[in-house]
Amino acid sequence: YFTSFPFQQRIEIHKLRQGDNLILGFSIGGGIDQDPTQNPFSEDKTDKGIYVTRVTEGGPAEVAGLQIGDKIMQVNGWDMTMVTHDQARKRLTKRNEEVVRLLVTRQSLQKAVQQSMMS
Amino acid sequence: KIETLKVTVDFLKVPLGLKKPPLKEVLAAVPGPGRSKSLILERHKSRRSDNMDNESQYSGYSYKSGHSRSSRKHRDRRDRHRSKSRDGSRGDKSVTIQAPGEPLLDNESTRGDERDDNWGETTTVVTGTSEHSLSHDDISRITKDMEDGAHLDCSRHLGVALAGALALVAFLTPVAFMLLPQLLWGDELEPCGAPCEGLFISVAFKLLILLLGSWALFFRRPKAFFPRVFVFRALLMGLVFLLVVSYWLFYGVRVLEPRHGDYRGAVQFAVSLVDALLFVHYLAVVLLELRQLQPQFTLKAVRSADGASRFYNVGHLSIQRAAVWILENYYHDFPVYNPALLNLPKSVLSKKMSGFKVYSLGEENSTTNSTGQPRAVIAAAAARRRDSGHNEFYHEEAEHERRVRKRRARLVVAVEEAFTHIKRLQEEDQKNPREIMDPREAAQAIFASMARAMQKYLRTTKQQPYHTMESILQHLEFCITHDMTPKVCGAFLERYLTAGPTIQYHKERWLAKQWTLVSEEPVTNGLKDGVVFVLRRQDFSLVVTSKEIPFFKLAEEFVDPKSHKFVMRLQSETSV
Repeated sequence: YFTSFPFQQRIEIHKLRQGDNLILGFSIGGGIDQDPTQNPFSEDKTDKGIYVTRVTEGGPAEVAGLQIGDKIMQVNGWDMTMVTHDQARKRLTKRNEEVVRLLVTRQSLQKAVQQSMMS
Repeated sequence: KIETLKVTVDFLKVPLGLKKPPLKEVLAAVPGPGRSKSLILERHKSRRSDNMDNESQYSGYSYKSGHSRSSRKHRDRRDRHRSKSRDGSRGDKSVTIQAPGEPLLDNESTRGDERDDNWGETTTVVTGTSEHSLSHDDISRITKDMEDGAHLDCSRHLGVALAGALALVAFLTPVAFMLLPQLLWGDELEPCGAPCEGLFISVAFKLLILLLGSWALFFRRPKAFFPRVFVFRALLMGLVFLLVVSYWLFYGVRVLEPRHGDYRGAVQFAVSLVDALLFVHYLAVVLLELRQLQPQFTLKAVRSADGASRFYNVGHLSIQRAAVWILENYYHDFPVYNPALLNLPKSVLSKKMSGFKVYSLGEENSTTNSTGQPRAVIAAAAARRRDSGHNEFYHEEAEHERRVRKRRARLVVAVEEAFTHIKRLQEEDQKNPREIMDPREAAQAIFASMARAMQKYLRTTKQQPYHTMESILQHLEFCITHDMTPKVCGAFLERYLTAGPTIQYHKERWLAKQWTLVSEEPVTNGLKDGVVFVLRRQDFSLVVTSKEIPFFKLAEEFVDPKSHKFVMRLQSETSV
């Protein structure tokens, strides 16, 4: 997708049904009630945003292009930069949604764009 | 007319041994004697105590109480007396506080050696029992160089004499109250048994207590001569005077005239007067002693010559009393003033900036612009020139520092080694008498090995004026006497390695201070926030500023011990 915001990427994940649950295939860490210094993926150690800490192989997230270390900015239009860990989990695992559209940012993206802009 | 009246104030009366003849006029003014007692107002205590020494005024510390006519125990106190001069033209700007004795040798320390050593017992100045100056009595001012004011002394002593007389009268009045009826119409008096005797006893003891209290409060060596009247004392004296006069008035009218047979009334009069006097004494204690105990102001004293500064907390004091307080603390807080340390090394100073001359080679009609320019050019060039001067200064300083450290190391080693040569004689050691030395000889024995290192060190740190060979030997003897462990090297050297306060050095160094108090406000004013006054000596001065201690608002916060709770920091990971 071509987005207006160069540092961000939109990812659309189709949930996979596994038994009674709809899973997305990744793990999240972070939140405003968590300790940001423990986050290995954030550049700024005071960043309390939601980060992708693991992506299961072959899962829907990997297929859609989500990478480990991505910071999730929005989920279906809902802001994820100032939410608690539990609120983030709830927004991602709503039972009546089959598709979640994430707005993510990642550091490699930033650097790539910066390099292309400088060259 | 306002002219700066320099009133010489004797700071401390330090007897100078048998050098000075007593001041005749002072003695003449002294009232007779003795017993002093009373007093509440002793301030100007009579010189009774001094009367005793007809021979010498030098009384002073060494004066023995045996000389006094009355062998009261308070007699052995030498009351150094500080009289306040009653005359005062208001608005004088500067007054002089002078301590009797030698002036400080300011200019060059070497001159101190030429002073005579016959100071004998006197010396040390300072300090009476309490910091708060209550000058008491005593006249004998024996100062070597008292510049002015024999007439001022007279007036001061007059004040003291008045106070002493008043105190004496006040003390004897109750006794007179009780005796007069007996003497004048004793036959008509009814016998007054037990109640009167009880009253007699109470009067006797109260008078004794008054006497003791007055002795404790007022019979003290004055610390300084103040330039102006001490307001509180004058107040108390006036109060006592009024009290005594009114009591005599009533007594005369009510008791002497009617000549009652009721003796008890007269005795009760006496008792009530003694009570009133005791209360005045209490008032004196509160006004003179207690009021300034609670700190209200912080005084900052800075020495103008080298910037040494200290802070002191004082209570409510007048400017002159605060000045005396500062001076007392100056002598043991401030490092000794060493003018030799203040001069820049010669190599730095010799590189003087030569003046720049500006020649105008242009038209004669120069505008103001062009005349202004040369000045700016000169200033800029001079600034550039000055830049090289600090380089020299830095190198000189570093070199000097290194030299001092080297000499100091040599000195420490020499001293340590010297001290290993002697040891204290133990009981079990058997030595023949020729080998046993007393401390003085021991000191002389080991002095030779460290003398050279010591001399070099003192010279490098420019301290040699303050330590004569004799003083070093004495100090060595002192250290040897008191301890023989190597630690004494530390104690021995401590005196020389750091510049101590002025009071530590030989008495000729710091005795006899003549200080001038310069102040924009009248010196009897109380301290206020922002008051500045200067205490001046010949070559440096102490600038004192006062700041009020702020009013503190303390708020209370109660912390429940059970409210201290903690949680672990979270780092969860959830899979979705």
